[in-house]
Amino acid sequence: MTTTTLAVLVPLLPFLGAAAGLLLGRTAPGFARPLAVLPSVAALALAAVVAVRQGGGQAVDAATELTPTGSVPVELALHIDGFAALVAILVGLVATCVQIYSTGYLRHDPRYTSYAALVSLFTSAMLLVVYSGDLMVLLVGWEIMGICSYFLVGHYWETPEARAASIKAFLVTKLGDVPFLIGLFALAADTGSFRITKILGNVASGGLDHPTLIALLLLAGVAGKSAQFPLHTWLPDAMAGPTPVSALIHAATMVAAGVYFIARLLPVFTASAAALVVLAVMAAVTMAGSALAALAQDDIKRVLAYSTIGQLGYMTGALAVGDRGAAVFHLLAHGAFKALLFLAAGVIIHAAGTNSLAAMSRMKDLRARVPDAYWTMTVALLALAAIPPFSGFFSKESVLGAAEHAAVGHAESVPGAAGWIVLVSGLVTALLTAAYAMRLWLLAFHGHGTEAPDHGRQPVAMNSVLWLLALPSLAFGLATGVLPDWFDGRDLTPTLTTAVLGTGVALVGGIVTYGAWRHTTAMAGRVPLGAVAAHPDADGGLVEAEAIASHEPAYGNVASAPDPADPGRLLLGPLHRHAAVGFHLDAVYAALFVRPVQAAATLVRFLDREVVDTYVRGAGALPRWLGAAVRRAQTGNLQTYVSALLAGTVVLVVAALLVATAGA
Amino acid sequence: MHLAYPAVLSALLFATGLYGVLARRNAILVLMSVELMLNAVNLNLVAFDVWLSKTARDTLHSGQALTLFTIAIAAAEIGIGLAIVLAVHRNRGTADIDRLRDTAEPGNDDPDDDSDDDSDGSGSTRSEPAEKAEATA
Repeated sequence: MTTTTLAVLVPLLPFLGAAAGLLLGRTAPGFARPLAVLPSVAALALAAVVAVRQGGGQAVDAATELTPTGSVPVELALHIDGFAALVAILVGLVATCVQIYSTGYLRHDPRYTSYAALVSLFTSAMLLVVYSGDLMVLLVGWEIMGICSYFLVGHYWETPEARAASIKAFLVTKLGDVPFLIGLFALAADTGSFRITKILGNVASGGLDHPTLIALLLLAGVAGKSAQFPLHTWLPDAMAGPTPVSALIHAATMVAAGVYFIARLLPVFTASAAALVVLAVMAAVTMAGSALAALAQDDIKRVLAYSTIGQLGYMTGALAVGDRGAAVFHLLAHGAFKALLFLAAGVIIHAAGTNSLAAMSRMKDLRARVPDAYWTMTVALLALAAIPPFSGFFSKESVLGAAEHAAVGHAESVPGAAGWIVLVSGLVTALLTAAYAMRLWLLAFHGHGTEAPDHGRQPVAMNSVLWLLALPSLAFGLATGVLPDWFDGRDLTPTLTTAVLGTGVALVGGIVTYGAWRHTTAMAGRVPLGAVAAHPDADGGLVEAEAIASHEPAYGNVASAPDPADPGRLLLGPLHRHAAVGFHLDAVYAALFVRPVQAAATLVRFLDREVVDTYVRGAGALPRWLGAAVRRAQTGNLQTYVSALLAGTVVLVVAALLVATAGA
Repeated sequence: MHLAYPAVLSALLFATGLYGVLARRNAILVLMSVELMLNAVNLNLVAFDVWLSKTARDTLHSGQALTLFTIAIAAAEIGIGLAIVLAVHRNRGTADIDRLRDTAEPGNDDPDDDSDDDSDGSGSTRSEPAEKAEATA
């Protein structure tokens, strides 16, 4: 088979799996698991074959136009360069791991079949986005991901948190998608095509008339999808979905779509210096703010969610300094270790029966209950904190190196200001990242107090996947030398200055957190805390749903807990209160958008009920009175009716006669 | 024969029928009165048909044809009507039109209905034969 055929099959197989899963789920539930896992495995294998054949060389392009549109043509096009080939492997790998993990995690879930089919559909949409060479086709995948995310976040729709989170995720991402769509049209209007290759050729020859406008419009959609400030608020709430969904959608793939999109169209963005500075500021605010917020969260998954936002900030930062190689390198490394972190967090929540770090810090020997999750999560947290020689070190250093490169003015067409913004915020975030990674590790695994509950071993399907994902977190750094052949050819090896600086601040962050933890941990005994699931022996998915539901009744807040033993509280000081609620951004949105809309709705309701309806009722009054009067004649006595008929006939005849005689 | 005789006769018949329809209480008598009215019309039709054919304006005798038509329809109508009256009588035990007021608008006509019913009810409760005698009279 040709490479093109194989590449078409890659998104098609999960799609067929999803369709079959949705159709057969009820009639043949035995097929649900194979239908979920096998297409993902096949897609992964085919993506690997496509990547090997493509080999980082000439991009594979293929296009077919189904029907003429009259103006700008929309084509089913493939454009597979080194970026697409590698990102597709990441998507396939994470999707496969998540599907295998879900067979254990949701094994008693009544809605498993539809869940697995939606995950397959989501995988297919992401692969479509990755391979598509036409922006309209890309948009189709982009929106399918949005709706799948809505359904999967709301998987536990029995809980109010999940319902609210799914609607919020959908609305906030759509808020970005509207300018995104307009931006796509503006881009097509300027360049006369939706094909990525033609657009890039057109941009290279300077054919873009409104680069800043287009770049900013597209940026809005990217900010929504990739959870960048100010549209990031949906991602922490989306943790109300099941853990595998968080791992697949909200860590490794969907949120990466925005970054990947900019990486594909980077020349459009570098054509406008203003857009790059906006991107850099956005990345800097996102990075630093989310890292501070992560330090104050109590829900283990919300810590990881804010961490995801921050790491995506690194990627957009790399793009802001014009180095898409570094951005996609970090995307790949982050996709692997963040998926691992989420899946391991799912195991921990299942074992501990709670998602609260405060409650975990009061359990002794939790790490002995889940040794696999403990070791793999340690690896992944080291990668997250960018400690050499784990994968995160190399990818983060390549980002910082690119920023430094731009800051000192070596990168053409990138303003030095963008470089400085990204470099400084990147270093600050590296410090904070190490701090919250250390806090998570200490609180989750080094608790004191009562013995952790024993629910036996976790399913093999869940543990084996953790080790599979630990491999790239350990060893992906080795690819640093090979990757430039697949990307733009720019060197990705860490430079000495940024490597020493980055590792240094990370170590400082870790050590300071450790010191704070030693200081505060003595207070843990004083305040007993606990938000623990009602059925700790049940299936992972159920335990998690119950843990999320119990967090707010136990602590009064879905995000934070009043725990004096939390080192984050000591480190953040007065900032903790604000960081715990995401710096009141939700409150700002509520004041700016939600309340005006509600007030307008109240006004419209008043106008409709009290003003419009009054006229309608008034118009109805006269017929109603007439009707009441006429109704009195309805006595039920037939002879009365006939008498009235006779009287009427006589009157009419007399009248007709009078008229006839008067006329004559 | 002059046209006036059958015309007057049919007018009288029609008036009698009309009076019966309006004033009788027994449903069967009302149906009989309807028959009287129909036959008054039939008489008119035949008389005018003869009169018109004498003046040779109408040679098709459409009046007589229509009369046959009316007789057939009247037979069907009286069959159905009597069946309905029979069914009503079996159900309600009465064929008094004044007491069959189920189609009355509920609520607003209760007072005058009651007064009607009272007068009827006193009549019917006094003696069954008396009412029948009144109805057949």
